[in-house]
Amino acid sequence: MNVSTDSGAEQPRLGFFTDTSVCIGCKACEVACKEWNMVPEDGLDFTGMSFDNTGGLSADTWRHVAFVEQREPLAHQETGLGRRDTVDLGMPSFELPGASAAPEERGEFRWLMSSDVCKHCTHAACVDVCPTGALFHTEFDTVVVQQDICNGCGYCIPACPYGVIDRREDDGRAWKCTLCYDRVGDGLEPACAKACPTDSIQFGDLDELRERAAQRLEDLHGAGVSSARLYGEDPDDGVGGNGAFFLLLDEPEVYGLPPDPVVTTRDLPSMWRHAGAAAVVMLAGVAATFLGGRK
Amino acid sequence: MGVRTWIESWPVYRQLTGEDPTGRGAAAKSRWSEDLRPRTEDADRVVKSVCPFCAVGCGQNVYVKDEQVVQIEGDPDSPVSRGRLCPKGSASLQLTTGPSREEKVLYRRPHGTDWEALDLDTAMRMVADRVVDTREETWQEESNGRRVARTMGIASLGGATLDNEENYLIKKLHSALGVVQVENQARVCHSSTVAGLGTSFGRGGATMFLQDLQNSDCIVIEGSNFAEAHPVGFQWVMEAKARGAVVIHVDPRFSRTSALADLHVPIRAGTDIAFLGGIINHVLTEGKYFEGYVKAFTNASTIVTDEFRDTEDLDGLFSGFDPAARDYDVSKWTYEGVEVAAAAGDRNQLYKARSEEELDVSRSGRPEQQGAGGAVIRHASRQDETLQDPRCVFQILKRHYERYTPEMVEEICGIPKETFLRVCRHLTENSNKDRTSAFCYAVGWTQHTVGSQYIRTASILQLLLGNIGRPGGGIQALRGHASIQGSSDVPTLFDLLPGYLPMPHAHEEQDLGSYVRAVGHPHKGFWSNMEAYTVSLLKAWWGENATADNDYCFGYLPRLTGSHSTYDTVMAQIRGECKGYFLMGENPAVGSANSRAQRMGMANLDWLVVRDFSLIESATWWKDGPEVESEEYRPEDIGTEVFFFPAAAHTEKSGTFTNTNRTLQWHDRAVHPSGDRRSDLWFMHRLGELIRQRLAASEDPKDRPVQELTWGYPLEPDGEPDAAAILREINGHDAEGRPLDAYTELRSDGSTSCGCWIYCGVFKDGVNQAARKKPGSEQDWIAAEWAWSWPDNRRILYNRASADEDGRPWSPRKSLVWWDAERGEWTGHDRPDFEKHKAPDHRPSDGAEGVEALSGRDAFIMQSDGKGWLYAPAGLNDGPMPTHYEPQDTPFDNPLYAQGRNPTRLLYPHEYNLYHPDPGSPEADVYPYVVTTYRVTEHFTSGGMSRWTPYLAELQPAFFCEVSPELAAERGLSHGDWATVVTARNAVEARVMVTDRMAPLRVQGRVVHQIGMPYHWGPNGYSTGDSANELMSMALDPNVHIQEVKALTADIRPGRRPRGPGRRELVRSYRRRARITESTGTGE
Repeated sequence: MNVSTDSGAEQPRLGFFTDTSVCIGCKACEVACKEWNMVPEDGLDFTGMSFDNTGGLSADTWRHVAFVEQREPLAHQETGLGRRDTVDLGMPSFELPGASAAPEERGEFRWLMSSDVCKHCTHAACVDVCPTGALFHTEFDTVVVQQDICNGCGYCIPACPYGVIDRREDDGRAWKCTLCYDRVGDGLEPACAKACPTDSIQFGDLDELRERAAQRLEDLHGAGVSSARLYGEDPDDGVGGNGAFFLLLDEPEVYGLPPDPVVTTRDLPSMWRHAGAAAVVMLAGVAATFLGGRK
Repeated sequence: MGVRTWIESWPVYRQLTGEDPTGRGAAAKSRWSEDLRPRTEDADRVVKSVCPFCAVGCGQNVYVKDEQVVQIEGDPDSPVSRGRLCPKGSASLQLTTGPSREEKVLYRRPHGTDWEALDLDTAMRMVADRVVDTREETWQEESNGRRVARTMGIASLGGATLDNEENYLIKKLHSALGVVQVENQARVCHSSTVAGLGTSFGRGGATMFLQDLQNSDCIVIEGSNFAEAHPVGFQWVMEAKARGAVVIHVDPRFSRTSALADLHVPIRAGTDIAFLGGIINHVLTEGKYFEGYVKAFTNASTIVTDEFRDTEDLDGLFSGFDPAARDYDVSKWTYEGVEVAAAAGDRNQLYKARSEEELDVSRSGRPEQQGAGGAVIRHASRQDETLQDPRCVFQILKRHYERYTPEMVEEICGIPKETFLRVCRHLTENSNKDRTSAFCYAVGWTQHTVGSQYIRTASILQLLLGNIGRPGGGIQALRGHASIQGSSDVPTLFDLLPGYLPMPHAHEEQDLGSYVRAVGHPHKGFWSNMEAYTVSLLKAWWGENATADNDYCFGYLPRLTGSHSTYDTVMAQIRGECKGYFLMGENPAVGSANSRAQRMGMANLDWLVVRDFSLIESATWWKDGPEVESEEYRPEDIGTEVFFFPAAAHTEKSGTFTNTNRTLQWHDRAVHPSGDRRSDLWFMHRLGELIRQRLAASEDPKDRPVQELTWGYPLEPDGEPDAAAILREINGHDAEGRPLDAYTELRSDGSTSCGCWIYCGVFKDGVNQAARKKPGSEQDWIAAEWAWSWPDNRRILYNRASADEDGRPWSPRKSLVWWDAERGEWTGHDRPDFEKHKAPDHRPSDGAEGVEALSGRDAFIMQSDGKGWLYAPAGLNDGPMPTHYEPQDTPFDNPLYAQGRNPTRLLYPHEYNLYHPDPGSPEADVYPYVVTTYRVTEHFTSGGMSRWTPYLAELQPAFFCEVSPELAAERGLSHGDWATVVTARNAVEARVMVTDRMAPLRVQGRVVHQIGMPYHWGPNGYSTGDSANELMSMALDPNVHIQEVKALTADIRPGRRPRGPGRRELVRSYRRRARITESTGTGE
């Protein structure tokens, strides 16, 4: 969906392409986002989930870097760590722990990092359910909560198939990534993409980003990284494609992403139709009862 | 608002009449959205600045509105960072404008239990009084019959986070006062770099610049957590990778750097010399060295004296070892035919006063002199161009590393042979005429008792592979503070004067002539102009008072009598000799080895001045330090008077930082500091004024250096000194006051003045070259017009070596500079690091000396033989070639030699600083595990700039230790729970992170577990935790006095550490089990 701007010129859809294969997990995106958008710091919580002490996207976290430690090989990477192909049956060992710790016995290991963000869905359920018009599609076809309108009803929260949008404790309103609506309106890059040291987060016209992503995917497959895949770039998926899509190195579930997201309002029209039909049938039944009674 | 407008602004109207019938787009747009503008849009000004955290030196744009900083983000013009910032740089708005910064001076009176308010002016006067009184009280005119003209009662620590100009004033004022114990973070971070690179190549800075990594074909990252500690610099590794380069990470831990590498090689901490020595052996025995390069540019062919004996001959010792003094007579290692004169006044620089420990020159940090000029050799040497002579360097090197076989590497490092050979293959396949490889390291290499030799090993390897001075080749010493390179160049270091001129030693350097004779006069090279550099420095400091008649005030400089490093200062504080202490943006209670000893030293001071943003641990230990908790002392028992001064941030002052590329980058002041916050420039300048006022009428000769010091700097309206004026003084000028353009203009006749000769040219043409900001996108990859690099704006050092003997590039793909025969000059992409008109075939006449004596193929122009040193015939205290020695605290014997550890390492046995039992002894298994420390992306060094910054603290909120699943099982540790780590020094608690990223290794037939611990935490701030440095001992490299904190041993046990006195009791119970005394671990 392209929306015309005031000037009448066609405004291309803007978005993010997050290439997790070059992410170094530095979390500059998290901080740059918070600094620019003045998102509150949300507490010291040692989660023990590798180097992720953020936990997930929330009203106070609009970029979140996931860390996944895996006993899986990454093609063309030799790590000398991790135990290869051995299945732990829980049987008592006759060796001291670590006694057979030579790397050739431990096999390969990889550490995946990925910066998550609001997907800016083509078919955004949060917008569909918002009763006040606070959530809307901007001229850049991004999805933004307008803080002067939001009344904190919270309908959008269960509507989001990714669990992105969230209500802030102290002010009750819903908050999420705006794709730096203020910045992009002025021709600037969103704060996260600007800071990203390795260009893992790329910002631009969605069509161009999709081309770039396809090329990158081809390169990685050529290099033997067969697990690489795109996520959210397909306009035919359950949300009509995302404005913020990803190149992942494993199944989406591994990163805490739903494998086959569907806009939660997809079935609303048919639900209304069925409800309407049911109402008509009921009315007809009632009418028939009365009419029949006169006989 | 008209009715029509009002109606049209109604969303329903817009929905019905516009193109958005569903009301999910333009029709729903609110007034807030209509009015939305980025807050940077209406900024009053955008000020160009530089990130204050690490030494990548990312450009920052500081947006100012109504005299307030409203946003800080990356400067896209910077060719170093291209507009990007890591989380720390991204948090600099919160760092500089957040509520965690103190704004008022605080005062703690002796034995006080709390802070009191004090106005800034009174505090300054009180500090000036303390300095004058302590100086008077502790003044030493002589020591052991030699003039020293100094005070050992005052010390200063810190400078790497400050501007070069601030470092300059700190060193200048303290030197005039006779304070020699001036140190900074460079001592504890990268001092070994200066000695290691300096002796190898002639200068102690990185040989390359970060952006040039994109041209590498193979990058070996070892001893560095590059991606985490220098994330924005790491983009250049990613660029190289995208172009097909192989990236190898050698590290005990699998870190975020490893995650992006093609190959991660787990290694036992403390064994890198064995690993690199193994590669050297592979290169030599397999004939994989770059023969043309080695023959043209290294000292491979030089014949060594027949007095030399190798570690192979003496089972781990070189010839010349004195077991009683535990040091070497280095004359036994020199080139053949090079006399080491014994006559007074012309002694070798490493003369050792055998009878007088007090006058120990070998411990006075002389190896750091090689930061800008190679070690001194005074005669021509003999060569065997065929490299066959058994006494030539090449053959000696071959024999020295013969036993560093793949099997030995596996036995020492725990690296399987196949993995080791894979590294060798990548490295050698990518090092030839057409390809280059780079090494990147940081404090994982420097912080060892053999730290300088770690760097030497990489230097030897890179010379053999022909990778120095060529695009994409070289050694990148990743520096960790914004100006830690600058605080070495304009040194706040005890052993150095600006530009790596050595501090004069009391032994024999009483006058300028004997000083220059003792440490200068090399056979050839630019260091032969040392006298001009020294005289120009003295002219900068004492101006017209410095004349030929009074030896240019050379006598005003205080004298060294041995090591006065920060660790010696701590011991002197514990002994009660050092009474006053300045902390200038450094937090030794967290950042230096053995935190407890650091605090015990401070608890014994008369007065302490702390300048920082927040109330760091080094400012509050008397009130809430661990010893208060363990009931060892109460605040009332502590007599130290403490002054806390809030410091100005980088946005509040102008000046230059020197980044890891040796590039001086100017940052402009964006706003004025508020409250009592002041720059360190203001503080030092004001302190100097007050002291000079107090001493103005004195007739005491010891006050003359202070009275005559040039101190009249122009001030800005708010009283801040003009930093540019100080940079001009550093650059220097001629007799007419015209700014100098290059260090070649410096003279020894007193007609030139220059505050730091290697920075001469930074004000070329009277223009602040460091402030040049021509966007990187408008320049080639060298970006020569972005800021200014020392020396002489050369970006790749020794780049003469990028061309062959005849001056032609080794290959078109790797061309950098070359000889243009038609025009008779060197030309190319970079500024040639060579005399412009000296032809490649130039051969000096027999009697030539100094610069004249350099031939057309002497690419290493600071070296006294013009060569890259595979073998260091002088300059280091612990050997001409690196040798694997075990760390001070180690679970293993040295399988190579009977000599287990570095025989010349410096130890400080004391009840506060006990060492662990020797490996193999019955008690050795009390501390069975290997510990290494490191940094994470989200925090900065000792945490003073990150633990108080909420956006950073929340990302890594707790001190943790990383252990393998195997170790967790062995010790019953559970993930996320607590563990206590114990050494003979202290016990700390940390959250447990069980991870496959820590791999147990098999070493000498048994499994060794390693524990990883970030060292950022301390008890103060927003995110708090124990400090890893509590566990460390002071065991130092003998060349540069850097501490060994990257490899030690410890025990780990589940659960939190005891509170109160129980903590000390736990440590003591371990000591009893290990039968530790003050002599434990001090043998071989």
